[in-house]
Amino acid sequence: MTLDMIKPGNGGIIKSVGGEGILRRRLLDMGLTPKTRVEVRKVAPMGDPIELFLRSYVLTIRRDEAAKIVMEEVTNK
Amino acid sequence: MSLIFALAGNQNSGKTTLFNKLTGSNQHVGNFPGVTIEKKEGIIKNHKEALLVDLPGIYSLSPYTMEEVVTRDFILKEKPDLIINIIDATNIERNLYLTLQLMELSIPMVIALNMMDEVIASGNSVDVIKLSNNLGIPVVPISASKNQGISELMDVIMKTAYEKRQPRKLDFCTGEVHKAIHSISHLIEDQAKKVAYPLRFAATKLVEGDEITIKELNISENQLHIINHVVEDMENALGTDKEAALADMRYSYIEKICAEAVVKHQETLEQIRSEKVDKILTHKYFGIPIFFGIMFLIFWITFGAVGAPLQEIFEEGIAVITELVSSLIIDAGVSEVIHSLVIDGIFAGVGSVLSFLPLIVILFFFLSLLEDSGYMARVAFVMDKALRKIGLSGRSFVPMLIGFGCSVPAIMATRTLSSERDRKMTIVLTPFMSCSAKLPIYGMITMAFFPNNAAIIMITLYFIGILVAILSGLLLKSTVFKGNPVPFVMELPAYRIPSATSVVMHMYDKAMDFVKKAFTIIFIASIAIWFLQSFDWSFNLVDDSAKSVLASIGSLIAPIFKPLGFNDWRASTALITGLTAKEAVVSTLTVLTGAVSDVELSLILNGIFTPLSSYAFLVFTLLYMPCIAAFAATKRELGSFKYAIITAVYQTVTAYIVALVVYQIGTIII
Repeated sequence: MTLDMIKPGNGGIIKSVGGEGILRRRLLDMGLTPKTRVEVRKVAPMGDPIELFLRSYVLTIRRDEAAKIVMEEVTNK
Repeated sequence: MSLIFALAGNQNSGKTTLFNKLTGSNQHVGNFPGVTIEKKEGIIKNHKEALLVDLPGIYSLSPYTMEEVVTRDFILKEKPDLIINIIDATNIERNLYLTLQLMELSIPMVIALNMMDEVIASGNSVDVIKLSNNLGIPVVPISASKNQGISELMDVIMKTAYEKRQPRKLDFCTGEVHKAIHSISHLIEDQAKKVAYPLRFAATKLVEGDEITIKELNISENQLHIINHVVEDMENALGTDKEAALADMRYSYIEKICAEAVVKHQETLEQIRSEKVDKILTHKYFGIPIFFGIMFLIFWITFGAVGAPLQEIFEEGIAVITELVSSLIIDAGVSEVIHSLVIDGIFAGVGSVLSFLPLIVILFFFLSLLEDSGYMARVAFVMDKALRKIGLSGRSFVPMLIGFGCSVPAIMATRTLSSERDRKMTIVLTPFMSCSAKLPIYGMITMAFFPNNAAIIMITLYFIGILVAILSGLLLKSTVFKGNPVPFVMELPAYRIPSATSVVMHMYDKAMDFVKKAFTIIFIASIAIWFLQSFDWSFNLVDDSAKSVLASIGSLIAPIFKPLGFNDWRASTALITGLTAKEAVVSTLTVLTGAVSDVELSLILNGIFTPLSSYAFLVFTLLYMPCIAAFAATKRELGSFKYAIITAVYQTVTAYIVALVVYQIGTIII
């Protein structure tokens, strides 16, 4: 399961971060590293991007980017 | 100046507030060499010997964005005496990520732990002493917005700077990463020393495969081979790649430190409040209408309710001064030419631009509120999808909207865009938004040709502007601005009440910026246009503007517009004077046609244009290069006269092509 598939209000733990170059580096730099707990807070009005909560701050990334983050231990209501 | 301090930190960490608190009004704003990234400098209050340089807000030192490269270059090449690293205490983990990288640069460092008031008010705590001991750097808790801890911070900064106390050597890497950094350190020690690169930083960067470091250190093929081998071994042993390994290593270390020093029972009150506010402001259905509502309100106040009367008062004031100076010159008995130069040239030109000052100040008052409160980031979140297709992110939406009011503040507002690429592209596209100064032209032409369909004609013009901006964006995205856009990975900071000082200083900066433009580039342009309007080719003063140099240039270029359906020197001359301010198209056409009433003007215009060619004329006016004031703003924000010229040429050529297409297709249909 990837991060973009998680419904708002649910969360999980990052297994691995895909992608390459600047994008991947940016995701890692912002704290989206393996073993980190992430919660999906909401989806923007037009359906994209999505709002995340991790390391006690709020981050927004696009769905395409979220699709590169593989999750585990996902809790889905 | 004997000491240089650099202020570094994440975006939204309160960096600007702290900078203002430390330097007061002693600021100088410029650009970093070669880029359009703002560089603010200021002398520290009560420490005349210390200069503070505000570095761009960044999250990491990976050299992917211009902001990161600029920060890196500044620290490595200018070697400041000390780095003040500001950290948002409510979000300490991610902020420390940059800290760990800054520490590798072997420069004395002090951490300003900002927003400690919020941490404490929420019942959480940070053990400052433990944090300081674990990091090996002095840590001072502050609240920049409430002015708490600032003098303590300065004491620690001065002490650390004079002692030249470097960050304690860090061992935040363990196992395989440590092994790799260690062996690469040995390999490159001499080279790093030669170019005065901090060894630890160089080694880490080489593990990351950093191109700049490879070049700066003159790493040989052979060494590169060994380095690659070491990195491969590390990756194999860890079962992950180098970038993930290093990021993971830094964050793991940070987590360890935070587990010891940070007590967090709950989110801060500000974070809880923000989540509630966002339930409304970024709501699935209300989010977008609310955004447009806010923008409408700002427009209405700026260009209507408050701005317009203020602008009138300003114009009257300028008129009074102009009158006064005019009578002084006449009384002094100086020649008529000088009188005309000062009054018709300089005062008219500079005055008409200066009258926009109230609008600029009001608009930037609101923009500062949007930016400092944290709402601008939500705008990006809400509107991102709409702009993505043309290669921009949601952040560009606000400058573009302001463009419907006036291109000048719109272009100035691009300063807040965090990516240089987005900034440049937005600057090029914004003038396609039909600004309010073009309305009088639309009014004049529709009155003469489309009296019953004025509204429809105007709406189509607004849409053509937007459409051209979209197509232009697509074109630029795949040509000039090809390459990777900066990914949209953005923090949504907690909402905060903007500080009055920051808002006022921002308004003051923008106002001064604008006034400076009025008295430099616009001053010169006004004189040039006056000269062309008042003299003929043999430098004799003309009384009939039809005989002026400008008019003859107008006649000369008139045939260029023949394919667009109008081949009249008065139309082309009006397009030239329209460069001083778009409204001037109306006044020039009125003067050159000698019309004394609106009805007469309409009649004469019917001789110059057909309805179709008048529409082509409007399309051209809509899209061609913006007025001198906007051009000056473009030059300032692009940081280059050359690129500003290229932009203007691009806009004018686009205008020509679109107007041509409109006219030619129109001819076929009609």
